[in-house]
Amino acid sequence: MSDEVVLLSIWPSMFGMRVQIALEEKGIEYEYKEEDLANKSTLLLKMNPIHKKVPVLIHNGKPVCESSIAVQYIDEAWKDKFPLLPSDPYHRAQARFWADYIDKKMYNASRKIWETKGEDQEVGKKEFIECLKVLEKALGDNPYFGGEEFGFVDIELVPFFSWFYAYETCGNFSIEAECPKLIAWAKRCMERKSVSKSLPAAQKVYDFVLQLKKTMGLE
Amino acid sequence: MTYGSNNIPPIELFIILVTPHPDQFIRFWCFSLTVAMSDELVLLSMWPSPFGLRVQIALAEKRVEYEYKEEDLFNKSSLLLTVNPVHKKVPVLIHNGKAICESLAIVEYIDEVWNDRSPLLPSDPCRRAEARFWADFVDKKAASKKVWRSKGEDQEEAKRELIEIFKVLEGELGDKPYFGGDNFGLVDIALVPFYSRFYTLDKFGNFSIEAECPVLVAWAKRCMKRESVFKSLPDSEKVYDFVLQVNKWFGIH
Repeated sequence: MSDEVVLLSIWPSMFGMRVQIALEEKGIEYEYKEEDLANKSTLLLKMNPIHKKVPVLIHNGKPVCESSIAVQYIDEAWKDKFPLLPSDPYHRAQARFWADYIDKKMYNASRKIWETKGEDQEVGKKEFIECLKVLEKALGDNPYFGGEEFGFVDIELVPFFSWFYAYETCGNFSIEAECPKLIAWAKRCMERKSVSKSLPAAQKVYDFVLQLKKTMGLE
Repeated sequence: MTYGSNNIPPIELFIILVTPHPDQFIRFWCFSLTVAMSDELVLLSMWPSPFGLRVQIALAEKRVEYEYKEEDLFNKSSLLLTVNPVHKKVPVLIHNGKAICESLAIVEYIDEVWNDRSPLLPSDPCRRAEARFWADFVDKKAASKKVWRSKGEDQEEAKRELIEIFKVLEGELGDKPYFGGDNFGLVDIALVPFYSRFYTLDKFGNFSIEAECPVLVAWAKRCMKRESVFKSLPDSEKVYDFVLQVNKWFGIH
């Protein structure tokens, strides 16, 4: 039985990149469909009527929405291939904890860096670096958040690396100077084909952010 | 099997375990009991917290014994600050000294550890993803305190938003007895604690959630017939008094 796998996303979306990395890690063939968020396709609106957002994974016609949920789904539906989550319940719970932390704390702080100026931006930068330092501590001396093996938390976090240059340029600071261990981890992940294939070039993301700021009147 | 109720000290069982015994069943039974005896489960929470209630309901569904420790969020215990240094929040489940934080991660953990009874998530990956989606929706949308923290037009807006969210949930529930279908599960556990806030919402908002969303309230009352739910949820009026106190403390209204 042939699997039909479609991913609706937009190329700069770090959430979409998570799903791409997971699919690539499992060696799953899929069709990528680029969405235009200013003109959402009927397919997107049908597959994600609640949030109307990307990414949406469509497996044999059935949608899976929310990136962290889609990655877990990929791990469970193709469980005979490279496992993305640990097998032990405690370590799985830890992985879910960190995925939630990245979504709740890190993402919101990161938006302040390019969406705001002045004092608000300084607050955003401080919060963002604080989050990265917490994550660095969680990483410890391990090569990956999953320990010896690349896994769920690495997949949740590494897409943000493609936005670091944009944050640094907008915020006029150096993430590597503040969190060298985390940058080393990100570069290690980039050596994996699944990651280098899924993350866009840093300059391209920065150009996109500049365009976005113009459109939103944030110049 | 009720854990922690046997009086044989673990060391006696350990000796039985390591001594060669012709009956493998006896050895296995002693091993299980040793594991059971050494299962130490503590829940740090606060009685009105819907997130803590989720964990209590899940533990009750699995018929697992645990020690409950009430936290004072204005004076957090050093235990809480040690086991949840990142968020410093409740609930935290401590299982044999290991801390698990974030209520939905805890509920999934409980389901995976005590996987021999009352499954809280479906087994099929597609349905599991759907359950996680709706639990996440509840987290993102249903936890708002705006209705009792605002007035005037802001409050009217908050009421409208909340009813809209509840109607979306009603749409998802449809004709099913539970969000999990015939089985009470993750989404039911994620949402039903908020039922303890409905009286508060009605009073502050001067409206009736039951009148606006009868299907949802019927579902909540169905859940309240389950021992795990009615034993865990606090009294609605007690919650209202608590919210009044907190509002006073923060100088709201």
